[in-house]
Amino acid sequence: MTVEVSELRVHYRTLRGSVQALDGASLEVGDGEVMGVVGESGCGKSTLGKSLIRMDGRMRHVGGSVRLGGEELPIADDRAMQRFRYHEVSLIPQYAMSAMNPTRRIGRMIRELLESRGVRYAEVRRELERRLELVGLGADVLKRFPIELSGGMKQRVVLVLSTLRDPSLLIADEATSALDVANQRAVAEALVQFRDRGFIGSMLFITHDLALVAQLADTVTVMYAGRSAESAPTSELLRRPRHPYTRMLLSAVPEVGTTIDESRQEGIPGSPPALLDPPSGCRFKDRCPLAFEQCATRPPFIEVASGHRVACWKAE
Amino acid sequence: MLTLDRVSKVYRVGTFGTQPLNAVRDVSLTVPPGVVVSLIGESGSGKSTIGRMVLRLTPVTSGAIAFDGRDVAGLSGHRARKGYYRHVQGVFQDPFSSFNPIFPVDRVFDMLRGAYFPGLSDTEWRASVRRGTERVGLDPGQVLGRYPHQLSGGQLQRLLIARALTLDIRLLVADEIISMLDASTRIDVLNLLGDLRAEGLGILFVTHDLALGTYVSDTTVILRRGAVAEMGPTRQVYASPRHPYTRGLLASVPRMHRTWADADAELDSAAGPCPVHSGPGTAGPVEVGPDHFVGCFSDDACPE
Repeated sequence: MTVEVSELRVHYRTLRGSVQALDGASLEVGDGEVMGVVGESGCGKSTLGKSLIRMDGRMRHVGGSVRLGGEELPIADDRAMQRFRYHEVSLIPQYAMSAMNPTRRIGRMIRELLESRGVRYAEVRRELERRLELVGLGADVLKRFPIELSGGMKQRVVLVLSTLRDPSLLIADEATSALDVANQRAVAEALVQFRDRGFIGSMLFITHDLALVAQLADTVTVMYAGRSAESAPTSELLRRPRHPYTRMLLSAVPEVGTTIDESRQEGIPGSPPALLDPPSGCRFKDRCPLAFEQCATRPPFIEVASGHRVACWKAE
Repeated sequence: MLTLDRVSKVYRVGTFGTQPLNAVRDVSLTVPPGVVVSLIGESGSGKSTIGRMVLRLTPVTSGAIAFDGRDVAGLSGHRARKGYYRHVQGVFQDPFSSFNPIFPVDRVFDMLRGAYFPGLSDTEWRASVRRGTERVGLDPGQVLGRYPHQLSGGQLQRLLIARALTLDIRLLVADEIISMLDASTRIDVLNLLGDLRAEGLGILFVTHDLALGTYVSDTTVILRRGAVAEMGPTRQVYASPRHPYTRGLLASVPRMHRTWADADAELDSAAGPCPVHSGPGTAGPVEVGPDHFVGCFSDDACPE
């Protein structure tokens, strides 16, 4: 199902005021589409993921809406969201280890989890085993304790479990960041395979790794300081980035094999603004080489080419 | 400058330390001045253990580590050890845990002063701290006197390098120093390492990230389960990897302009026979090209 997030604003309550972690984030994910969400730490990408499934006590929904297949998600209402969680919107956390109960065998843990969601274990048992096999795990993992599995195996168990009810939207928040490259690739490919088989509707793949997004995402949204900066099909974004932030971000990542002697790359000077009291207008203007007077007002997030949206006055 | 000769490390794990864990097996390498050697491996490959042994934070089980020809493990006495740390310093992964959050960041410098520069006057000392800070590309006015939470990870990491530079260091052990930094600041720290290298500093750069490892290093050492899988000039290891493990690693690294499927296609040609077992029958890595060494292909350690 399609996911439309428009002008979503979610703030964190703190003693010193509200931190505007998400302040006008917009994105659209098509049915069966994998969207990569990238940005530096503190750009709001994890807050976005959390908002779509469960806001914690400090988070406050200030404005904007999220629609899943045309139906509005009641993200601010913890109780009303319960109906959607797991069945419609599911999550793969970064650390599979902390998502599992270390005192239960995996089979029993899954049974308890499913029953708490009103699903009978016996009914899904065969499907569970079939999917474990798809990701290269035998049914015997169900008899093991989490500690007996490697990080990559655990992450794959969590992947199967999270998607067992064929969710319309899967949020993968840094799902492969704690893994080494071989396991990272295995898990990422399993995610795409699950999408191809229709186990997952749409997916938000939240990561800081642009190269990983280039491998598996159909579209990419780049976030900066709580807002969407640019959104485009992956190859288009990599080849023709329009937002200065995206351009600088891309040129700050060395490719395997480039060396400092051949092509020296530069980082982005400065650091992202504090979101307790963010600057008005474009939030990137203090670090932006192209900034001019008009940047004092917030640029709209508009379409500049088919499927390519940018929030920058200088993007044509 | 720094030489590791068949260094091994066995940890004792399990109940009462009954299980031996071979964290590092027979690793030999050298770090000359002005050269960046990157140790690349997955978690558990022993790369950090090697860094820790060089810094004398963990004793060596067998083999020898020598700095300028002097055995590092054999340094006895406070003065000899202090002399070693004057030349060899380490910077670690999490900058926030290297600073005490209740003191301004200057404290990491002040702690050096008591130990190494008791004779310096206040003015001289302050000038030397400012020089160190400027050398790592920071504006002293913006960072000195601040608290750790007021600075970014990249700034803190550069301050730790500045602290090391205040001493007369010749070797820096950089253990995953950029893993916790954002893409936009990582490259600045890497460029700084590149500049320091040009000034003659030897760097042992420990990382799990192949792209970042190849960006700064002159020599690449790929570790697998504590043993050297492949070692050689970075360009050569990258362009013509010989060990199946290195090839697999290079094919799995996500890249911006190449898909995983294309990488597999490039790998189609066979890796050839294991040079260790088909060669003259020596244990340990075999030289397959100029300065290019390849370890045994089998999953287990080479038969002794």
